[in-house]
Amino acid sequence: MENSIIDVSHLTKIYKTDDLETVVLSDISLKIKKGEFVAIMGPSGSGKSTLMHILGALDLPTSGKYILDGQEVGRLSDDALADIRNKKIGFVFQAYNLLPRTSALENVIVPMEYAGVDDKIQMDKAKKLLGLVGLTDRLNNPPNKLSGGQQQRVAIARALVMDPAIILADEPTGNIASTQAEEVMAIFQKLNEDGHTIVMITHEPDIALHAKRIIHIKDGKIEKDGNDHKQKLLHKI
Amino acid sequence: MKLTKLIKGAIRNLAINKMRTGLAMLGIVIGIGSVIALVSMGESSKMAVASQIQSIGSNLLTVSPGSQSSSGVRGAAGGATTLTNEDADAIKTSTTITTIKNVSPEYSGRLQVTAGRNNTNTQIVGVEPVYQEVRKLTLTSGAFITTQNLSAMSKVAVLGPTTAEDLFGEGVNPVGQSIRINGKTFQVIGVTKSKGGSGMQNQDDRIYVPLTTAQKQLFGKQYLTSIALEATNEKDMTTAQNQVGYFLLGRHKITDVADADFRIMSQSDILETASQVAGTFTSMLSGVAAISLLVGGIGIMNIMLMSVTERTREIGLRKALGAKKKTIISQFLTESIILTFSGGIIGIALGIIGFYAYSKISSSAFVVSAGSVLLAFAVSAGIGVLFGWYPAQKAANLQPIEALRYE
Repeated sequence: MENSIIDVSHLTKIYKTDDLETVVLSDISLKIKKGEFVAIMGPSGSGKSTLMHILGALDLPTSGKYILDGQEVGRLSDDALADIRNKKIGFVFQAYNLLPRTSALENVIVPMEYAGVDDKIQMDKAKKLLGLVGLTDRLNNPPNKLSGGQQQRVAIARALVMDPAIILADEPTGNIASTQAEEVMAIFQKLNEDGHTIVMITHEPDIALHAKRIIHIKDGKIEKDGNDHKQKLLHKI
Repeated sequence: MKLTKLIKGAIRNLAINKMRTGLAMLGIVIGIGSVIALVSMGESSKMAVASQIQSIGSNLLTVSPGSQSSSGVRGAAGGATTLTNEDADAIKTSTTITTIKNVSPEYSGRLQVTAGRNNTNTQIVGVEPVYQEVRKLTLTSGAFITTQNLSAMSKVAVLGPTTAEDLFGEGVNPVGQSIRINGKTFQVIGVTKSKGGSGMQNQDDRIYVPLTTAQKQLFGKQYLTSIALEATNEKDMTTAQNQVGYFLLGRHKITDVADADFRIMSQSDILETASQVAGTFTSMLSGVAAISLLVGGIGIMNIMLMSVTERTREIGLRKALGAKKKTIISQFLTESIILTFSGGIIGIALGIIGFYAYSKISSSAFVVSAGSVLLAFAVSAGIGVLFGWYPAQKAANLQPIEALRYE
């Protein structure tokens, strides 16, 4: 499995508060190959967000092994994790999470700033990617001058800017009107066709259908995984 | 991240809540401003005292009456009547005192003086002709008090330049005019050259009259308020002090030095005391100013902590996008340093303006030391680091998922 971007084995996550132990993820093993488009589904409280946080190096597992793009993300320091998030992962959040009062262009530049990319390259790349998501004429707009869909497209451009190994999207259409949601999903599909690996969390079946592979999580365990499942979902609709 | 971008970002963030930023800065402005103003005032008054004392002459001893102790009760210092004309004469004629060149007995007190419609309350100093030499006085016009004036108990007066101006207006030569001191008419015979100084000890705001006239006609007193002694040589000051001291003790029939009813101060004694007083004053005021600076710093910390809490989600996002701890720390430290530094600059400007106003009002020297300005710059930036450090650390140590979830 040399071309596995994500290789998770026997991953558990337990939250401890005083005497209470809550098992959020128990014994998750999962491989995602380069170029896949995976949707992770599950009811709220199923542990899908926690899994996403661990995959995104925002949180560390209690036990188990997580190899991202050939690098073990087990017990790294805060700064090393920051570096991994910066270079290997592109985040797209439900609430867009753009910096307020900051232009679309500058928002896209932020990760390159942290990586110390040359100023000239920063500009060119940010402009190019905002063009890719169809916002060439909105470069200088701050988030409050953009629609939800436009803001999410800025966030996608930002996620792509460091050429990450994987794009992690957490309910990317959750806050967007349905017509704009389709536009956003079209961009994800286009990116996947261009070879980007995408992992997306959603609870909406019609959004999940854009993915090639669907993983169902329930009570901290993988319930179903694969294409067959997707076929069944399709038939249901 | 580059410094220019850090600064740009920090200014943008500080500009969001201008009122809050302004108020937080105000604490530093007041703190730095008062430090600059008060330290400068202290330095200036120290310099004024020093130059004033230097202008009197450096081989000068001053004998002043001390507290009188009779039957075990000590009277108030300075108000005593223990120095007499006879003491002065005895010092003059003594053979045991070899180091004193000139003896100048003096009686001074404040009286109301009028000239035409103008009037002033000023120091009247009864002197002998030798005063001019002992106190290094020069005249811009007219002549000083003569021996004839003294023996004839003439009603003549020599005015200090400030007094002359107060009574006759600027640019008017009062020599030959008459003034009324305590209701008695005096003829102005001279005006002294300005020596500088301010306040109670202003040597320019004085009227000199013959000692005999002062004692008998104006104040009706038989004793002296001081005797100024000019030593033959600056090196002999200590010897002179001892010779005069023991001589007067003998004359006053006092055996224990601790019971002495007079004090002899040399120029260096006075200088030391005066600058000690000024120094204590300056350091006390600076202490108060430093406390206000500390309070300002706490205000900065408060604002920065508030800002960190408000921007928890932003910090979480920045961390998710790859910001390292030191990036977050430098972001918040830049903000607090800009706050305190610009507060410092405004404070320095206001402090200097305040000090300028003070120097105009009190007619003292306007000298701002570069050292105090540099120190103020350093202190204000230092406060930014000191009080910005904890909030910045707090921001940098936020866990990204906790911060992203924060509502």
